[in-house]
Amino acid sequence: MAKKNNIESTDSSAQGNENAIANKETEGLSQGQIVLRRFVRHRAAMAALFSLFAIVLFVFTASGIHLGSEEKPISISGWWHYSITDLPELEYESCPGGTVGCPTLNLVPFTENFGFGDHPFGQDDIGRDYFALVMRGAQQSILIMLIIGTLGGVIGTIVGSIAGFYRGWVDTLLMRFTDLIITIPAIIIGAVIGFRVGNLGVMFLGLYLGLFAWTGLSRLVRGEFLSLREREFVDAARVAGASNRRIIFKHILPNAVGVIIVSVTLSMSGAILTETALSYLGFGVVAPDVSLGSLISLYQEAFSTRPWLFWYPGFFIISIALCINFIGDGLRDAFDPRQKRRITAKEKAAAREIKKAAV
Amino acid sequence: MFAYIARRLSAVLIILLGSSFFVYNLEAYAGDPLEELRLSNDPKKEQMILNLTRQLDLNTPPPLRYFKWLGGLLGGFTGNFDLGKTRTGESVAEQIGTAIPTTLRLVVAATFIAIFLGIAIGMITALRQYSRFDYSITFVSFLFFSLPIFWVAVLLKQFLAIEFNNWLAAAELSWQWVVGIALASATLWAGVLASTRKKTAIVFVSAFAVTASLLTFLGAINWFNNPGLGPIMVVGLGAGVAVGVTVLSTGLANKSALYGSLAMAAFGGIIYYPIQPLLNKDFSFLLLLALAGATVGVGLIAGWLAAKEDRSAVMRTTTLSAVIVAAFIFVDRLMQTWLPYTSNDYISYRPIPTVGQTNTLLQDELMANPDFWMSTLDALLHLVLPTVALCIISFAGYVRYTRGSLLEVLNQDYIRTARAKGLTERTVIMRHAFRNAMIPLTTLVAWDIAGLIGGAIITERVFGWIGMGTLFNKAITTFDLNLLMGVAILTSFLAIMANLFADLVYSALDPRIRVR
Repeated sequence: MAKKNNIESTDSSAQGNENAIANKETEGLSQGQIVLRRFVRHRAAMAALFSLFAIVLFVFTASGIHLGSEEKPISISGWWHYSITDLPELEYESCPGGTVGCPTLNLVPFTENFGFGDHPFGQDDIGRDYFALVMRGAQQSILIMLIIGTLGGVIGTIVGSIAGFYRGWVDTLLMRFTDLIITIPAIIIGAVIGFRVGNLGVMFLGLYLGLFAWTGLSRLVRGEFLSLREREFVDAARVAGASNRRIIFKHILPNAVGVIIVSVTLSMSGAILTETALSYLGFGVVAPDVSLGSLISLYQEAFSTRPWLFWYPGFFIISIALCINFIGDGLRDAFDPRQKRRITAKEKAAAREIKKAAV
Repeated sequence: MFAYIARRLSAVLIILLGSSFFVYNLEAYAGDPLEELRLSNDPKKEQMILNLTRQLDLNTPPPLRYFKWLGGLLGGFTGNFDLGKTRTGESVAEQIGTAIPTTLRLVVAATFIAIFLGIAIGMITALRQYSRFDYSITFVSFLFFSLPIFWVAVLLKQFLAIEFNNWLAAAELSWQWVVGIALASATLWAGVLASTRKKTAIVFVSAFAVTASLLTFLGAINWFNNPGLGPIMVVGLGAGVAVGVTVLSTGLANKSALYGSLAMAAFGGIIYYPIQPLLNKDFSFLLLLALAGATVGVGLIAGWLAAKEDRSAVMRTTTLSAVIVAAFIFVDRLMQTWLPYTSNDYISYRPIPTVGQTNTLLQDELMANPDFWMSTLDALLHLVLPTVALCIISFAGYVRYTRGSLLEVLNQDYIRTARAKGLTERTVIMRHAFRNAMIPLTTLVAWDIAGLIGGAIITERVFGWIGMGTLFNKAITTFDLNLLMGVAILTSFLAIMANLFADLVYSALDPRIRVR
């Protein structure tokens, strides 16, 4: 063990090499470009970004988009031929062991039934196509997640920047209000609100939950503003006669954007878990509409006989949350100025060669 | 300091007032508690609505009603504390009073296990940064972050309870399982202890061999249906623990600590038979506490006698070993109860339950014929699934946090100084790095412990426990304002006090931070 750590605390010349490599890479690039480069190089985060994009695209095109009230629906139909209200016959032929409505999805290539089949995820108790249900549920969960994340991000940024920039009594007032909201556990607020507004549809549920999802971010942004407003470039802007609004938007906010993006991203994975938990408890999305959480809650008893009713919604929750966590982690690394990329042995050797050649 | 605490406490009071006022009115204006009645076709509807309106005082507008409720709460100062009554007329304070112990029983073990495992694994990943082990644990912790607990719970019910019970009926490990488990354990140990390629291979092969032969042996003697440790295993495992504890606590170079700890293992073997009659049916929790106290005393005395220098470190090591060896004897006694327990009519060889706090039928029998070990084992087995589920969920946070914190500390100058002084790696890690890395964790631990009371809402629901979460569920679904407020004020109070406590501990541990 001792040996390994000796390698880490390298002698100064090797450290110099590494710094040289790191400096060379960022030469002539703007902050945004450096961050983007670091993010693109983060393999797990990029893979997660593409997977999430694919999932969202798949989910939203499959069932189409159905919003708005019953009188004036906004409907774009998707490529999947069943909707959540269709009631096809319950299939039981070709199902193993006397079960009904088994999944027809077959991903083993070159076999007879390869492909989606008629009911890729099977059917529920009354014959509704489970693929359509899961797609609809995933869509609702993603929508709520996005609304909560955006709304929480906007409110948190506004509250935090006003408190941090103006300080004084404004700060005290806003922060005490934040403390007040933060002391009420999220699930209590969520349940109180969700149980009452869940029947208004996902948009409202997301909006109301988002109204309480900004507290953590506002504290972070406030801290960031408090330290940034004391910096020289802010003084310089003020001396040059910039208005408060210009200083906030042009000078401080761009420097705090890393904190905001990372925090909002990570809060979204929390949001999808909160939403599914609330729907599971019956305090979120309610029937006839579905969410991933309510699907699991509906069919958890069927796990021993018809496990697919349980696996697919869970799979979507986990994939979405996992992708977002990886993206958030990649963003955090990309925005962290102290974060040094791991320098591979190959690059070290190359740098040594260059140095030798120079000598 | 006292001025600071006083100031913070007054702020706490104001915030609590604000948040309770907020929640009260949010809930009161969110819906109509009489809605269900209004929609019913009961002929006595009007009368019932009138009664309920009077009982819940609905004619007073909510902001005013809040102050009436607050009056009851503040009555605590004059001795007539009152949180109001539920819709069915029971006292809220009483209901919460009975719910808290259940919830605590559910979450305390899980939290401490999660903290312990999370910190241990987080440390290893930090020390093995950028290794394969680090990457796999990072992936696993992200995965755990993304798991909904109700989903995990259903999986656990199926695989850890139903399938496990099925398997236990025969308790035969097929060779595929033996190989699989052995491979998993070999990979884990190789990851944890990896250094050079050769050493890794040795660790891998030996861990595989040990696990595989152990499993085969245990299967052969039907250990899974009739488990036990016996004096020899107590001494053997105790010696292993003694060495392990010494390595972490003082280092093997400290001979008096090592011999003191080994003596504790030997003492465990000596006392094994003499203590058995004491561990009979009439054993009680008080006696357990007394024995635990005695164990600590023996450990301290042994450390005192063994130490030539550095007395406190040696005493710490021997005491820790003594406690763990004593725990082995306790576990062994529980294992002796396993066979009578599983063969009991109400258990009928399905020991891991999927729901409930205790086996009610068995409890009735135990009322007539009390047996400490039976009821303890029953309670513990009912805790298995919820504990595993809660651990999985909260474990990931501790791993990531510990890893980040320890890496940060390891890059500090004082660590370089410590290494430059020629201290052993163990001292650098355990004394200089670990202690400082734990400081920021106090905040997380404090929050988690505060969140425990109200935080197991979903877990309680899934596993059919009747604690604070159930009360909360009931309050929301039946629109029981007083009950909801009781739960909310308690959880808010705990959260805010934990925050204050964390700040105080932080400033006590980190001299750079001073509270003013």
